[in-house]
Amino acid sequence: MADAHNPLEQFAIRRIVDIHIGGLDASFTNSAAWMVIAIVAITVFMTYGMRAQALVPTRWQSLAEMAYEFVANMVRENAGTAGMQYFPFVFTLFMFVLFSNLLGLLPLVNLGFTVTSHIIVTFALAATVFIGVTIIAFAKHGLKFLTFFVPHGVPWPLLIVLTPIEVISYFIRPFTLSVRLFANMMAGHTMLNIIASFVIGLGLIAGWAPLIFMVGLSGLELAIAGLQAFVFAILTCIYLNDALHLHH
Amino acid sequence: MEVAAAKLIGAGLACVALVGAGIGIGNIFGSFVAAGVRNPAGAPKMFTNVLIGFALAEATGLFGLLIAFMILFVF
Repeated sequence: MADAHNPLEQFAIRRIVDIHIGGLDASFTNSAAWMVIAIVAITVFMTYGMRAQALVPTRWQSLAEMAYEFVANMVRENAGTAGMQYFPFVFTLFMFVLFSNLLGLLPLVNLGFTVTSHIIVTFALAATVFIGVTIIAFAKHGLKFLTFFVPHGVPWPLLIVLTPIEVISYFIRPFTLSVRLFANMMAGHTMLNIIASFVIGLGLIAGWAPLIFMVGLSGLELAIAGLQAFVFAILTCIYLNDALHLHH
Repeated sequence: MEVAAAKLIGAGLACVALVGAGIGIGNIFGSFVAAGVRNPAGAPKMFTNVLIGFALAEATGLFGLLIAFMILFVF
């Protein structure tokens, strides 16, 4: 009997091109390859989609414009006009997370890989957002930013309890932001892998039951992929709003 | 008790956190449906907040799942 099916094998990082700089392993891995594919896909989608530049948009142009408008409205609504300065960053973030999530759902055996299913990738993105937003806050408000942790109109005994809670919930932001995306992607793909192994295990006779469930689950995973990208971006806008305009 | 057995039990116990996720998500969408039936015109305006609320509630449940994975594979 073959080895038991390991659903976590799909997350293994494999080196494609061995590169060693100094003592560091800077190999081009399958994770890096799929990041490049995501960037190329986004670039082709946006530039080729807008090539027509018609006033009445064609289909691809319509999609590219919809993506732009969606993120622009989100930034303007949640971070105000001052936040539109950071629209390129939020748009890049949203499109990268969205395309990484969606490309991970392609059922390429042994070749497919979900970039955002690794905590280090999502933590790098979330840490960038957190550090950037904090720097923006201190650059704009100086030390007055610390009044953010002291809510207005609260009696002072409650304030002694509330301020540490506010500080903790501020510093926990990069962790919740990254773990939300990572756990959703990892759990989703692990489930798909396990249910798929049931389909093959039960064979022709009873395999159709988990197969029907897999169809529904794949639809759910597509929705989750889009939703998690949207939530990542909109929380970035909300944190940006906190930094630019100090009130809660 | 063997470490491997304790790990499996710990991971199973950590998954109980997902009960909270289920209740929270059900709460959000239940409130949305109840309010949407009362005031259908206001429903599309609130749908964005519903999705954000769903993602945040799901996230807390998934923190429990993260601990389960950490118990199984990190410790």
